Amino acid sequence: MNRLMNRDRDALRSKMFSRRLALLAGGKLALFGVLVGRMYYLQVVEADKYRTMADDNRINLRLLAPPRGRILDRNGEVLADNQLNYRVVVVAEQTGSVPATLDALAEIVSITDNERRRILREVARKRRFLPVTVKDNLSWDDVSRIAVNAPDLPGVSIDVGSTRLYPHGEAMAHVLGYVAPPAESDLTGDPLLELPDFRIGRNGVERVYDLAMRGRAGNSQIEVNALGRPIRELARNEGEPGQDLTLTIDAALQAFAAKRLAKEESAACVLMDCTNGDVLVLASHPSYDPHEFARGISGPAWRALLNNAKAPLTNKAVSGQYSPGSTYKMVVALAALEAGISPDMRVFCPGHMELGDNKFHCWKRGGHGAVDMIDGIMQSCDVYFYEIGRRLGPDRMADMAKRFGLGQTLALDLPGERGGIIPTRAWKQARTGKGWATGESLVASIGQGYVLTTPLQLATMTARMVNGGYAVVPHLTRDHIHGRRIAERTASAFPPVGVSQAHLAIMLRAMRGVVNDPRGTAFRQRIVDGIWTYGGKTGTSQVRRITEEERRVGLRKPDQVPWRERDHALFVGYAPVDAPRYALAVIVEHGGGGSSVAAPIAREVLAETMRLERERGRAPAPPARLAERGG
Amino acid sequence: MASPSALGHANKRMSLGEKLRQVTWGLALTIGAVAAVGFTMLYSAAGGDWDPWASRQMTRFALGFAIMVAVATIDIRVWMKVAYPFYAVSVVLLLAVEVMGEIGMGAQRWLDLGFVQIQPAELAKISIVLVVARYFHGLSHENIGNPLYLLWPIVLTLVPAFLIFKQPKLGTTLVVLATTGIVFFMAGVRMWKFLVVGLAGAGAVPIAWSLLRDYQKNRVLTFLNPESDPLGAGYHIIQSKIALGSGGMWGKGLLGGTQSHLQFLPEKQTDFIFTMLSEEFGFVGGLVLIGLYTVIVLYGLGIAYRARSQFGRLVAIGILSGIYLNALINMAMVMGLVPVVGEPLPLVSYGGTSMLTLLFGFGILIGVYVHRDVTVPRRGGEA
Repeated sequence: MNRLMNRDRDALRSKMFSRRLALLAGGKLALFGVLVGRMYYLQVVEADKYRTMADDNRINLRLLAPPRGRILDRNGEVLADNQLNYRVVVVAEQTGSVPATLDALAEIVSITDNERRRILREVARKRRFLPVTVKDNLSWDDVSRIAVNAPDLPGVSIDVGSTRLYPHGEAMAHVLGYVAPPAESDLTGDPLLELPDFRIGRNGVERVYDLAMRGRAGNSQIEVNALGRPIRELARNEGEPGQDLTLTIDAALQAFAAKRLAKEESAACVLMDCTNGDVLVLASHPSYDPHEFARGISGPAWRALLNNAKAPLTNKAVSGQYSPGSTYKMVVALAALEAGISPDMRVFCPGHMELGDNKFHCWKRGGHGAVDMIDGIMQSCDVYFYEIGRRLGPDRMADMAKRFGLGQTLALDLPGERGGIIPTRAWKQARTGKGWATGESLVASIGQGYVLTTPLQLATMTARMVNGGYAVVPHLTRDHIHGRRIAERTASAFPPVGVSQAHLAIMLRAMRGVVNDPRGTAFRQRIVDGIWTYGGKTGTSQVRRITEEERRVGLRKPDQVPWRERDHALFVGYAPVDAPRYALAVIVEHGGGGSSVAAPIAREVLAETMRLERERGRAPAPPARLAERGG
Repeated sequence: MASPSALGHANKRMSLGEKLRQVTWGLALTIGAVAAVGFTMLYSAAGGDWDPWASRQMTRFALGFAIMVAVATIDIRVWMKVAYPFYAVSVVLLLAVEVMGEIGMGAQRWLDLGFVQIQPAELAKISIVLVVARYFHGLSHENIGNPLYLLWPIVLTLVPAFLIFKQPKLGTTLVVLATTGIVFFMAGVRMWKFLVVGLAGAGAVPIAWSLLRDYQKNRVLTFLNPESDPLGAGYHIIQSKIALGSGGMWGKGLLGGTQSHLQFLPEKQTDFIFTMLSEEFGFVGGLVLIGLYTVIVLYGLGIAYRARSQFGRLVAIGILSGIYLNALINMAMVMGLVPVVGEPLPLVSYGGTSMLTLLFGFGILIGVYVHRDVTVPRRGGEA
């Protein structure tokens, strides 16, 4: 009985067990089915998404910074180059803490508080996987000390990069400009700009031709593990190095000119090929060391440059605006000739000219006596020009000046070029609301008053005057980069300025006389022993008005006048006189007299030009036609 | 009266050869196949080397396989007899780790006996199944309906479960509770009682939450939203999903798993080995392994079905369910379906203790089949 009941119970239990077993089996298999469904979703439906994520995980794209294009002079001499540079970098995401790492590193190489702030600022700004330079230009000792300690310095590594090297340093700084680390505002999101090595052109041709010289970044796909350690390179795409840039500058000549200018307080010199506009020399003194900028200039050094009264950061050759003084007289003379005034017309110079109540003085107290146009230019008689300036009025002078490139920018491939001022009646009306006074014509006729020009303009003016009257434009490069192609061309390829050849011939005769005629203002600076002679025009421009009182007591000697109030010394010139090839302009700020201060510089630079040409076996050979017309 | 033939067969003493013939070799073969998948993945995890994992795993498997076969020949009545002593030993061991256990992974889980490390939690899984099965075996069908009779097995379960939870091993605790739950269910406990327990469990969630350690809370929270902390605690889940997903249909090939070999994947030789399999062999590879597990599950359910004694049935169900839940939780975890609870993948993940206890458990399971027809007395000696 008991057994039977047990059997029934067992059967009952068995039956329920079987029922529940089926349920359990169903449940277990269903849950496995859920897993399979999930796998299908992840591995088949979403596979592409996860494949991309896996690749993003493991593939680290590294940019390969392209070497920046070099800059060469017209003879192939290197003006800007890239130099290997060992530096220590820190990758923020690989360090435990950047400040702690810097503390440890500071025990090996010195890190100033300033540098520390800069590093922390950069770390905060950049993406955390990008390296930040801690210190540049490491010595071998530093490099090996850091390498030895590397295991204790996670995230710190030695990197070989390149820095910009300017072999000519200060002499070329205003032409070349410099490169500097990109500023916040330069960042476009292009990671190339965030590489520690990357520099962008900040000034000079480095800035103007920056994009072409940058090149195109390459990249390298590196497989990294979860810790960021590179495992292998998967693919490499070499970028394109930046294009080299060849300038029209003659490095040797530029160096010579810069050295010569350095004897003065503050000066500029431009020498160009008057047949095609090649600028061979473009020097401004004082200058600065471009390497300081490439390294990242310190605050105090930067402020010292900014506050220097001699403005070392300013390229005076293109940005300095000066009254041209007597170097302006050829323009006035040409305007007179065009207006029908005969070159033979004589003006009597008693040493001054009276107009109304005003007395306009000639630089020569006793006067020049009767002078014609050639004498007027040769001896730089102010009264002669007062007279024709009075007759011409401002607009005709201005019209001629503009044809010679004054009062406008010349689109030289440098930043900071200024246009100067050539006054007209309309200009004055617009500017001051007052009409033009006749006295102002007199002042303008000797390149004073409102008239302002840059040395580059003066050189261009001279070039156009001696090349047969063609409106050459100055340029620093003829390279086909940046979409600007300037073919090697002769003067005749430029539009004519529209001045009669006969008139230009008179100017050439007068300018030749300035230097080579015993009565000329620069006779003492003539070249006597060369194969060349040169011509030109002196200029001395007043910085402040000389009062009648001062004239009575006698003019002060230059060294009694404060530097800032001294006259600017100017000279524009060309050589050789028989077949003009080179035109130049020199200005010595507050240097004194054009004939005594600026002309010697012109002579030396032109003599050096001649010497270099002879040394290089390239005798000056301008087109015969030019010589004919110019002579 | 029992039918003479059945009783005759059941109570006849079987020879060792007879027992070995009764062993479900098909199941043993499937177990070997799953283990072989493990060897392959361990070979890959070491970057194409049998050292340090695959060779040791193979040695342990060989030892464990022998143990499994030996255990299969042990009469299930023996297990009935030793159920309580075995249970007592495992609870003592759990207490031992609690008291003097070594610190590993920030938690106490191992007991180092010098020659072998023991994970008492693994032993407890089996011993709980044995005592609970023994209890229900002796309980009449009517009494199962009486909630008071359920108190004892609940206590039997909760004591070790609590100790495991304190280790802390959340995953194992849940596996133990779910396994016993299944045994209760199969023993015939009414469905509505599970509902009551379920609701009570839900009510206990806030209490349990307060007992969780911070990292366990994090695991749950990051499971709920892994992207909230992609570089922190959510990292493992995200990387595991990326590895799985990027494997695609056919996988990246043996040793070709970038996620695994570039160390984006944590613990690839233990908890995340299924991820590695799926990355290198794709959906198809994962499907094969789940297929093999399914075969094991079907064998296990079949054994439970064929067993004549309630004890045999419940032991088979309990042991099978423990292994099944481990596999399910591990795979669901690496797929991002459940929080990362740190359960290994049975037979595949690297780990000596786990491998030996697993095969020991399989030995008991096969033993139930070998002794499917024996009459198991109600209480210890009673026939």
